[in-house]
Amino acid sequence: MGFMKHFKHLFGNDWGVHPEDHKRPAADQPVRVMPLPARLYLPLQQHLGGPARPAVLVGQQVKKGELIAEAQGAVSAPIHAPTSGTIVAVTEITAPHPSGLSLPAIIIEPDGLDEWTELNACADPFALDPADIGKRVAAAGVVGLGGAAFPAAVKLSGAKRSSVTTLVMNGGECEPYLSCDDRQMRDSAAGIVDGIRIMLHATGAAKALVGIEDNKPEAIAAMRAAAASFSNVEICPVPARYPMGSEKQLIQALTGKEVPADGLAFDIGVLVHNVGTALAVRAAIREGKPLISRLVTVNGQCMANPGNIEVRIGTLAEEVIAFAGGLKGEGLGLARRVMGGPMMGMQIPHWRVPVVKGTSGILAFDAAEVAAQAPDPCIRCGSCVKACPMGLLPLEMSARIRVEAYDEAIGLGLKDCIACGCCAYVCPSKIPLVQYFVHAKGELAAQGRAKLRNDATKKLAQQRQDRLAREAREKAEAAAKRKAEREAAAAAKAAAEASGQTQGQTQGQTQGEAA
Amino acid sequence: MKPAENAASLTMQTVASPHAHGGNSVSRTMFRVQVALLPATLYGFWLYGWPSFFLWLLTILSCVGFEAMSLKLGGVTRIRPTLLDGSAVLTGWLLAMTLPPWAPWWVAVLGGFIAIVIGKQVFGGIGQNVFNPAMVARVALLVSFPLPLTLWITPLPLSGAVAPDFVASLRIFLTSLPVPDAMTSATLLGHAKTELSRGVDLAQALSGAPLMSWMGMRGGSFGESAALLILAGGLYLMATRVITWHAPLAVLAGVAIPAAIAHGVNPAHFLSVEAHLLSGALMLGAFFIATDYVTSPNTTAGQIIFGLGIGFLTWVIRSVGGYPEGMAFAVLLMNALTPVIDRFVKPRVLGRDRKGRPLDIPEKA
Repeated sequence: MGFMKHFKHLFGNDWGVHPEDHKRPAADQPVRVMPLPARLYLPLQQHLGGPARPAVLVGQQVKKGELIAEAQGAVSAPIHAPTSGTIVAVTEITAPHPSGLSLPAIIIEPDGLDEWTELNACADPFALDPADIGKRVAAAGVVGLGGAAFPAAVKLSGAKRSSVTTLVMNGGECEPYLSCDDRQMRDSAAGIVDGIRIMLHATGAAKALVGIEDNKPEAIAAMRAAAASFSNVEICPVPARYPMGSEKQLIQALTGKEVPADGLAFDIGVLVHNVGTALAVRAAIREGKPLISRLVTVNGQCMANPGNIEVRIGTLAEEVIAFAGGLKGEGLGLARRVMGGPMMGMQIPHWRVPVVKGTSGILAFDAAEVAAQAPDPCIRCGSCVKACPMGLLPLEMSARIRVEAYDEAIGLGLKDCIACGCCAYVCPSKIPLVQYFVHAKGELAAQGRAKLRNDATKKLAQQRQDRLAREAREKAEAAAKRKAEREAAAAAKAAAEASGQTQGQTQGQTQGEAA
Repeated sequence: MKPAENAASLTMQTVASPHAHGGNSVSRTMFRVQVALLPATLYGFWLYGWPSFFLWLLTILSCVGFEAMSLKLGGVTRIRPTLLDGSAVLTGWLLAMTLPPWAPWWVAVLGGFIAIVIGKQVFGGIGQNVFNPAMVARVALLVSFPLPLTLWITPLPLSGAVAPDFVASLRIFLTSLPVPDAMTSATLLGHAKTELSRGVDLAQALSGAPLMSWMGMRGGSFGESAALLILAGGLYLMATRVITWHAPLAVLAGVAIPAAIAHGVNPAHFLSVEAHLLSGALMLGAFFIATDYVTSPNTTAGQIIFGLGIGFLTWVIRSVGGYPEGMAFAVLLMNALTPVIDRFVKPRVLGRDRKGRPLDIPEKA
């Protein structure tokens, strides 16, 4: 049937793309643990939601694991000191973002002792109240380690409230080049399964389905062995296909259920977490350790020595690369610096940006890998339509956005776009479709803000007008009233005078009479 | 930062994700279609000799020339890369395939002008045209110059003694010498139409010469008679993911279904399914014209509707229309409907129903 395999793609639902995964040899290298860097740069905003609020002062000594910034708002996460040392500054640093704009951060100078603060460990998590687990996870600053960095505790307690029945664990790691989840599943399968069981306890879900792409046979075997004695943790190999690790796609692949467009995974009784997050939850509960380090994949053609490195949060990418073995040829062939995966990661302006909680990879690409090229006109080939995992029409949406017909783009499903990048990946004309969609979403958000501001201004103007009108009316009324009163008074006076006169006369008369 | 890396940074642009590409390109796609056309084309050269080669070459040159001229007049700065994308070559190639093999030089030049200038560039160039440029040219030529466009040469394999040599062929091509009657023959569709209009039924009319064959040993356009080779090219395009099965299969079904019914009811008046499938431009149209990206719908469901429409209209024109062949007309008609099909046939968005409304959120127990 060798011949027929070329035609298999012609039938069935063929969403997504099959990029070269480039995971090996990095995935097969043992994890290296990076020593303490000279300084740690900890942005206050490392998660989705409100930024954390600094809880330390410059010059203060902190222990490893000590709270240095507290969560602010309902969706937020605290930040802890990745090692013991001195707070040297609370200032602005370059954000791990393509804009290269700055954001506030706490800078720590390690004292080299790496001394833990007192930890609130728990020997038997299953004796804890589920709500208590949520609180401990929140206090440990655990966020989703797959990349989106959504506070984990918010999801856990939300799932408990929504009586979620199924916990979907994302071990897909569908992004090419990345292998940190793969590595953790191979090396710490027992810990991950323990973390999953703690999450099951915390949410009250009946079972956990662990989706792992079939290009990671070692991870599947290790996880199967670790989960063998737990009937409620099921290891489910899924086909390697990008974006299998996207929430909606993974839920559909594992449960057959579809998340409604204006709903959440909770609404169909599902909670999704990354396998790396399970390990962080376990550490937070069993050992009381906050999230202060993570596994980062260092990869790309320009990287001299690709692999996975255990890095403290706040370490500059520059130092991670230096520890990993540097760039080939001192970086001469470097064409692009990326944090995260190649499909959804962000280009960064230079390497002096810190690893944050959501940093899954540091990638150094050469020109051949990024294949940058000026875009050609769209030939309406429909490749993007076939690739779109959401069932959208990227070519039609981008055509509308080009003429700023944003409402029509929304009608075509702009808001359902998950920015996975499949469309741009397959486009023969190399049109930067995701850039169009991101631009349109930004433009719409700006329009939304402008509208709010406009409405507020209009409301104020209206209120002012109303107030002026009211004041004028009141004034007029008051004036009228005063006038009426005056007139009344005058009339009364006149009347009084008149009557006074008559009275006077009468009085006079009477007086006269009396006289 | 190392000096070397610093130097590398100077040329970096900030872009959105993804930071990887699958490697497909417009020119690679066009190249694959040309590879797929090659077997039928080479076979056409062998069947019809040097004049067909000259026709093929000049049609392509004419298309490329008019493309370059239009781009220059339009003030386009990237002329060379646009020409190198191969789309003008492909348009010329496809047009040549549909022309009578011994058509004279001016048909090639005029065809190239109509296809590229009127069919494509006035709409705004690649990706903007509503109608398939090759089909626009084919139809315009047919209705303007019916005689040279319906002069079908009997296959004279190059290996045979009667085939004209290089010089004689050039003379035929350049001077439009009248072709001796003995060297021409009607196509099956033309023959059937003529005989039916004379009141002769098909059972009698088709008892003569072999008008139809899988290997294309019949009178017909230069590149469309060898159904098997075109089918092979189509399979190659499917294997390399340039096209999908939807539009081609729909075209074939669109012809085969009404043909089977009509032939079953009245075999004396309607051609058989096999005759329809192996005649005229059907195979070429199904695999190479109905699959044109620009002028066909962009959803698979839309492509099925589009293909069925082309097939059915082709059968209608062939069976009850005035022209013996209707592929090109059918394609143009369905091209005009493509925006409508695209407006109404859309894929279902994940999490939404067919009408685009969000799926219901299940009630909590």
